[in-house]
Amino acid sequence: ASGAYPKRVKVVEVGPRDGLQNEKNVVPTPVKINLINMLSETGLQVIEATSFVSPKWVPQMADHTEVMQGIQKFPGISYPVLTPNLKGFQAAVAAGAKEVSIFGAASELFTQKNINCSIEESLERFEEVMKAAREANIPVRGYVSCVLGCPYEGKISAAKVAEVSKKMYSMGCYEISLGDTIGVGTPGSMREMLAVVMKEVPVGALAVHCHDTYGQALANILVALQMGVSVVDASVAGLGGCPYAQGASGNVATEDLVYMLNGLGIHTGVDLQKLMDTGTFICNALNRKTNSKVSQASCRL
Amino acid sequence: MGTVPSALKHCLSYQHLLKEQLWIAEPPAAAHPAQEPQASGLPEYIKIVEVGPRDGLQNEKVIVPTDTKIELINQLSKTGLPAIEVTSFVSSKWVPQMADHKEVMRGIERHPGVQYPVLTPNLQGFHSAIAAGATEVSVFGAASESFSKMNINCSIEESIERFEEVTKSARNMNIPVRGYVSCALGCPYEGNVVPDKVAEVSKRLYSMGCYEISLGDTIGVGTPGSMKKMLEAVMKEIPLSALAVHCHDTYGQALANILTAIQGVNLCAVMEAGNFICTALNKKTNSKVAQASFSTGTTN
Repeated sequence: ASGAYPKRVKVVEVGPRDGLQNEKNVVPTPVKINLINMLSETGLQVIEATSFVSPKWVPQMADHTEVMQGIQKFPGISYPVLTPNLKGFQAAVAAGAKEVSIFGAASELFTQKNINCSIEESLERFEEVMKAAREANIPVRGYVSCVLGCPYEGKISAAKVAEVSKKMYSMGCYEISLGDTIGVGTPGSMREMLAVVMKEVPVGALAVHCHDTYGQALANILVALQMGVSVVDASVAGLGGCPYAQGASGNVATEDLVYMLNGLGIHTGVDLQKLMDTGTFICNALNRKTNSKVSQASCRL
Repeated sequence: MGTVPSALKHCLSYQHLLKEQLWIAEPPAAAHPAQEPQASGLPEYIKIVEVGPRDGLQNEKVIVPTDTKIELINQLSKTGLPAIEVTSFVSSKWVPQMADHKEVMRGIERHPGVQYPVLTPNLQGFHSAIAAGATEVSVFGAASESFSKMNINCSIEESIERFEEVTKSARNMNIPVRGYVSCALGCPYEGNVVPDKVAEVSKRLYSMGCYEISLGDTIGVGTPGSMKKMLEAVMKEIPLSALAVHCHDTYGQALANILTAIQGVNLCAVMEAGNFICTALNKKTNSKVAQASFSTGTTN
């Protein structure tokens, strides 16, 4: 219902994976581990730790096994990892993963360029992962990229987003994270897309993953909340630029999201100060400035 | 409220505004007043008031040469923006960046259908502005006593008295006056600001003849929740169509707050003007749309 917000929002922290994966500078394994450990102390319930993809494709995540084995695993906190296929899934489980994520897309061209196959073929690969995950009692989160636009195809139909989301939900993903991969969405397109998707997937199983490339992320998230979505992905310090628009920003900053949710009286369980401290740590390690405006405003240097 | 000068009427009627905006091919199918919501609950038309040349440059470290300011405003005039705040007739002792207010006012191109308001903190500034050719002015109040004292060295009540002198003269000359209320969602000195106080100050400005009240989240601390509460209080005193929001993005909340406030413009031209001034200031743009759209997002 418009105007009514959820009382609680689950914030899914994607900094260590989506964030670091898209940073120019690669951080050493101990820094990654410390980042995740610091995030574990902030009250966040879900921290995406790493990605079990081939280091040939994603060198920044080459140390996935070491990171997975090196982090402290706090009770009550989930540490999902990306697994693009069965091989990655098996490596993840062997390294101690208890939750995995799979990445689909609402655009054929994007899928082709990103993982070298069609949407249909990618779903077949995921089915293998789902089957193995089911047998191992491992929950699987599904991502759908390009929900509000594609860097290659441009406009994406909401019906296509709903179709892919439904397929992934039906195959067993407990949650579908809808990603505005290039941040082109605005409140209008977010509202329209969600209205269509919500006919196929219950809103309680939906999350939004908004990029801030055009500065629209918080406004888009606000609309999603108004429509009943209560799971939001974000990246500490707004880590992760946009690979499609040089110089542009990427993920929305967790600090800025939490600031907004706090102001709305929505419970997240996250300690904003500890989160900002974590952001400071990783920005120093990356030798870069934070993308979080809240952090910038709070810095007294 | 006093008599509405005839010069003001086009500001209140959005159909008139549309006709004057050459970049709009035709008016929308349902020509309703600006605040009539669409099915999505959003207005069909939003008037964007460009404050870069005044509020923007005033708060930049680098002082920009007069020619650059004039060129910036001229480029903005071509974007379709209906209102561009040009400069500030304050003492150059207080605001050195605006010391060239007369030259800027006299030097800019005046495009038909575009308003070029200027800040006038008192009667002296007002007369100076009129002499330099200004046809619309703005006055700046605050919802916080501490902010008022620290910013303009007087209480809210005293500032209102000064503004009344301005609005009285303005009325005699048929010059529209826009009122600003700073610290609408928080004050750097007092912290929390009560919505009723914002409503009270807004009402004083509106009653003395300001055609529009711009509610400013001066330090950007507001969030959609506090924006909603504040607007609800102010809307008890002032019609929605006479309200504007001026949100700072200090905590990244601006667009979410604006969205809440509102439940167009030739973007390319605006971006070029933005690129021009950032090159002149030798700094990166703060606009994410520009960052995403220009290959480097940096100067030269």
